[in-house]
Order: sequence, then C-alpha cells, then structure tokens
Amino acid sequence: MTTPETTPALLRVRNLKTYFVTEHGTGTARAVDDVSFDLYPGETLGIVGESGCGKTVTSLSILRLVPEPPGHVLPGSLIEFEGRNLLALSAPELRAVRGNQIAMIFQEPMTSLNPVFTVGDQIAEAAIIHQHVSRSAARARAIEMLRLVGIPDPDERVDHYPHQLSGGMRQRVMIAMALVCHPKVLIADEPTTALDVTIQAQILELLDRLQHEMGMAVLLITHDLGVVAGHADRVVVMYAGRVVETASTEALFERPTHPYTEGLLAAVPRIDAPRARLHAIPGQVPAATAWPPGCRFHPRCPYAWEKCVAEEPPLLETGTPGHGARCWLVTEPERKVPQR
Amino acid sequence: MTLVDVRDLVKHYAGERRWFGLGRPQAPVRAVDGVSFAIASGRTLGLVGESGSGKTTVGRTMLRLQEPTSGKVLFDDNDVFALDSGTLRALRRRMQIVFQDPYSSLNPRMTVEDTLREPLEIHGLNGTVPALLDEVGLDAEFAKRYPHELSGGQRQRVGIARALSVEPQFIVCDEPVSALDVSVQAQVLNLLADLQAKRRLTYLFIAHDLAVVRHIADDVAVMYLGKIVERAPAAEIYAQPRHPYTRALLSAVPEPNPHATKHRIVLTGDIPSPAHPPSGCPFHPRCPHPKKSERCRTEAPPLRAITPGHLAACHYAEEPM
Repeated sequence: MTTPETTPALLRVRNLKTYFVTEHGTGTARAVDDVSFDLYPGETLGIVGESGCGKTVTSLSILRLVPEPPGHVLPGSLIEFEGRNLLALSAPELRAVRGNQIAMIFQEPMTSLNPVFTVGDQIAEAAIIHQHVSRSAARARAIEMLRLVGIPDPDERVDHYPHQLSGGMRQRVMIAMALVCHPKVLIADEPTTALDVTIQAQILELLDRLQHEMGMAVLLITHDLGVVAGHADRVVVMYAGRVVETASTEALFERPTHPYTEGLLAAVPRIDAPRARLHAIPGQVPAATAWPPGCRFHPRCPYAWEKCVAEEPPLLETGTPGHGARCWLVTEPERKVPQR
Repeated sequence: MTLVDVRDLVKHYAGERRWFGLGRPQAPVRAVDGVSFAIASGRTLGLVGESGSGKTTVGRTMLRLQEPTSGKVLFDDNDVFALDSGTLRALRRRMQIVFQDPYSSLNPRMTVEDTLREPLEIHGLNGTVPALLDEVGLDAEFAKRYPHELSGGQRQRVGIARALSVEPQFIVCDEPVSALDVSVQAQVLNLLADLQAKRRLTYLFIAHDLAVVRHIADDVAVMYLGKIVERAPAAEIYAQPRHPYTRALLSAVPEPNPHATKHRIVLTGDIPSPAHPPSGCPFHPRCPHPKKSERCRTEAPPLRAITPGHLAACHYAEEPM
C-alpha cells in the first residue's frame, strides 16, 4: 500500500482513446474512450468490468500491443511511465521497456507460450535480451525463477515443452517469464480466468507473495469482483469504454456509488448468502460502435432521469478522497428513486 | 417421487494407441467411475467439480448422448440404456439438455424461428415460436435473427427455448451460465428458476462454480476424478462440508468482500489425470487433512452417511480440519 498524496505515480494514463475501424470500414468502435488512472509503486490496481468494457484494450494500449490497423490510439492520449510518454517512444526505446520494466501475463498461457521452445529457453530469452547475461547464466536464472514460482523439480522442468505442463504450471511459467527481469509494473490480464478454482487460489497467492517480495506494482485486469476484493488496493470500474467509478477497494465494496457498480455487486452469486433470487441488470452492454447518448449506462439504469439521457456526467468526487463516480446521483442524491 | 435414478454409472474411454494407432493402447481414461444419485421430481441437483472431474460426461451419458461402459439410469422407471431407438426417441422428448456454449450448439444457418420450429414439427406439438420466445423473455422480433446476431445471453435464452419446445420434464443444464457476464448470468439463472417453478421441471445443474450452484440447487454432489466425494442437501453442504476437497473448494471461492476473514485452504499440486488416478483415496496426494494417514493411500473410502442424508467419501469426515 502507498499513499497516493505523497508518492509520484509510476504509471499515469491520461485521456486514453483507442478506437477500432470495424470490419467493413463503415463504423468506428470506441473501445477505450477517454480513460485516465494512476498506478502507484507497489500497489495493486484492479480494473474490473464485463466483456466489451474496454479493460483488455486499455492494458494492451499501455504496451502498444494493439494491432494497428484496425486499431489506433488517438492523438492526445498519454501513457506516462516514470515521466516518459510510452506512446512517443521509438521502437527500440519501447522494446527496452516492454518485458523489462513493464511485463504482462495473459489469460490463456497455452497461446502465449511458444510450443517449439523449452520453457527454460523462453524464460531465459528476456534475461539475455534485456540484461545481456550469458546463456549459462540465463539458464541458471530460468531455473531460479521456476523455483520461485513454485514449480517442483525446476532443474528438470526447465527442459520441458509447454505441452508437457498442466494449465496451472503453464501460468506459473508465464509468471516466471514476466518476472525474470524484475519489472516495476506487472500487467496481469485475467491471469486466473482459464483455471480451476483450486488452481486459481494457488496462482493468486503466488502473485501476492511475489509482489510482496519484489515490490512491483500490479495492474490486475479481471471480470471477477471476488478476485478484486481479495487482491486489489484500489479499483477502477469500467463500463462502455469509460471509467465509471474509482475508489479504494474498501470504499468501493462498502459504498458502491455508480448504479452499475451497485448492480454488478448485487448480481454476483455468493456462497455466504442463502439461496435467493439474484439481482439482474436488465438488458445488455451496448455495441462499441453505438454507445448511447448521455450517460452510457442510462438505458439499463434503474434511477435514470431526463438529465442522464441528455448529458453525460464527468467523474464526480464523492465525499471520500479518491472515490469518484461518473453519475449525476453524486450531486443529486435525492434522485435515487428506482424508476422501474 | 424419484424421476431420475442413476446407479453405479461408469464411463471409461479406451486409451489412445501411440504410433498412428498401431502401438499398445494406453491406460483407459476413467472419466466416470461408479456414480450414483437420484433426483426427485421438481428438484435440482447441483453437480460440481473442476475440469476432468467427469461431471459433463455424467450428464451426457445419462441422456445416452454417449454410451455408458456400465451402470444403469432409470428415468421415470424406464431403463434408459436398455431402450431401442424408437422408444429412446420418444423418451428423449422428456429429457433435454442446455449446453454451456450456445454459439456452438445452435445451427448458424438457421434463424431462431427455424431452430425452434423444427422440434415442434418433428414431435407434432402444439407450441408456437412466439410463445416460446415470450417464455424465455425474448421479443417476437428475435424469430427472424441468426445466432451471430445475438448476444451470449440471448443465445442462451434461445438454447433454453429449444430445450423447452418439446415440453420436457427433466433438463440437464451443462454449465449454462459459465460463458456469460455476471449481470447476464443472473438474468439466466433467474429465468431457469422461474421456468422450473412454472413447469415443474427437474434439473441436473452441472457447474464448476459453487456460488452459482448455491442459488439454484436443492441438493449438491461434488465430484473429483470420476467419483462423487460428497453429497448433501445444499444448505447442509455449504454450512458444514465434510470432505476435505469440498472444504478446500468452498474456501477457494473468491468472495466479493474485502473483509472476508475466512481461513483459506490452498491445495498444493494439480488435479491428477483420470487415466492414472492415485491409489486409495483419489484425493490423498493433495489432501490437507491433519489426520491423513497410510490408510488413505491404500484404502479407497466408500461414500457413506456421516449424518442422515449427508454422504462423504473420507475416512476422517467426522474429524475437524
């Protein structure tokens, strides 16, 4: 945990807009539409939202991994890492950051590992490229990393190929690859979504331990509010390409302010609650080519009134420092009356 | 009254042959290894397990979408595995399935209307497409659409409408909400609950998510490596799990509460392959139970009643953990 007031941000994202030209060239999908947030040293920031909210495109944009075309990051967007705008770096400058100071792990480890190289070679590669160590030293580092991520018999496993490992083991290898250069920022995009729940618990515990030992900041992208509650210090909630709420984890779960956050929390099935009807948010996420006018959540919002249709609210400060919500209810709480 | 009765169901897949099919066969995969349960009419059994536990194979074998290796399934006192194809077809009308991924289970070249009308015509039923759509909460205009024009939640509603079209009594719901976003998942779970109440349906609800099952099941069975390791009324199993695997599974569910102070049991190791299950208790290599002993390694614990109606397959199910 850090105190945002005193420490400068490690990563600053400002007004990030990443758009895609649709297949037939007829429309523009505004996948990420003016997103801003800060990541402080040593903290875990959760970015949470459902499919199509823009959370993955946000994370890909940070490392400039958005395929171009069809995608493009609009001018005016800023991604500042330790004072440098990553969007303005040359290709070699960017390579020196990517995989070295900012590393990333993905949801599906099998598609992110190269099937024709041993896991040892793949872990060693980053160390050889970024830190110019010898092959034998890199191999030793790879074994050390495998041990660190809890893989049994690392001296033997280092020569295995990805297909010889289970899903949980592959995700451990991905983590070893990402952390071999001791990055300052780790972007974890749905790191446990493809895993069984008992394996998910192992991987999340491992990430917590490694973050503690190595002191890195983690950007945790997930759809799972349970994962956020247990592992993030602060949370950014995204809906329809926008940040709709941001708060400390504690404040978000205690006082969800945006009706979307509130609805999402009520929709999660819980093992600690008795069997009951779940709260469902009516309708579905609109298409990124045609976001609704005004507040993008208004067609599904139980409290929406004329103002919500006419005018989109900015991210408004609630009473708590660092807690903001993009909702007119912040300034007009007396309007919180369900309309349907 | 019991509607579905599964007795000692076994499904083994023959081991693969190496060398382009010329080598010696590998060990068979014991996907389902002696599973028994009954579901009373109008009730829901939640069948829970992780990948490779055999839960999906149980559902498919029961409907005879796959032939069993051995065992018996009685549906309304009909022996499903002994029926000839004509009788089976008639019975299939009463037993339906809803799949996890409605996109791959709907024909992409058929409109929603075609998909829903086909079973009505084959079985000569009176139902209509608009009535079915209405029942699953879709506007009549959806009849003209193709699957690719629908969202995940809408497709799953069509999958449910198709299952309902033949007026079944029993539906196997195979991970029906796993592919859906949380807000839509809640819609579909509520719909399944409403339909059950309205049509007096009986469900086998297969899922990997214990929290989802909590909201729909009357009874819960937990599978591990092809076997049921615990079975009890839902309220009972969540309040007082007896098998160490169930306890670990429950403790591993991430709760949307930053103050959750529950004691997390993190299992070590991976799920073993069902082709080479461990000796004795299949869970013993990962088991965190303090009383774990040599007996667990050598002697498979039977599924036995710990309290009336609460079964667990553990030598030390009565001991605290």
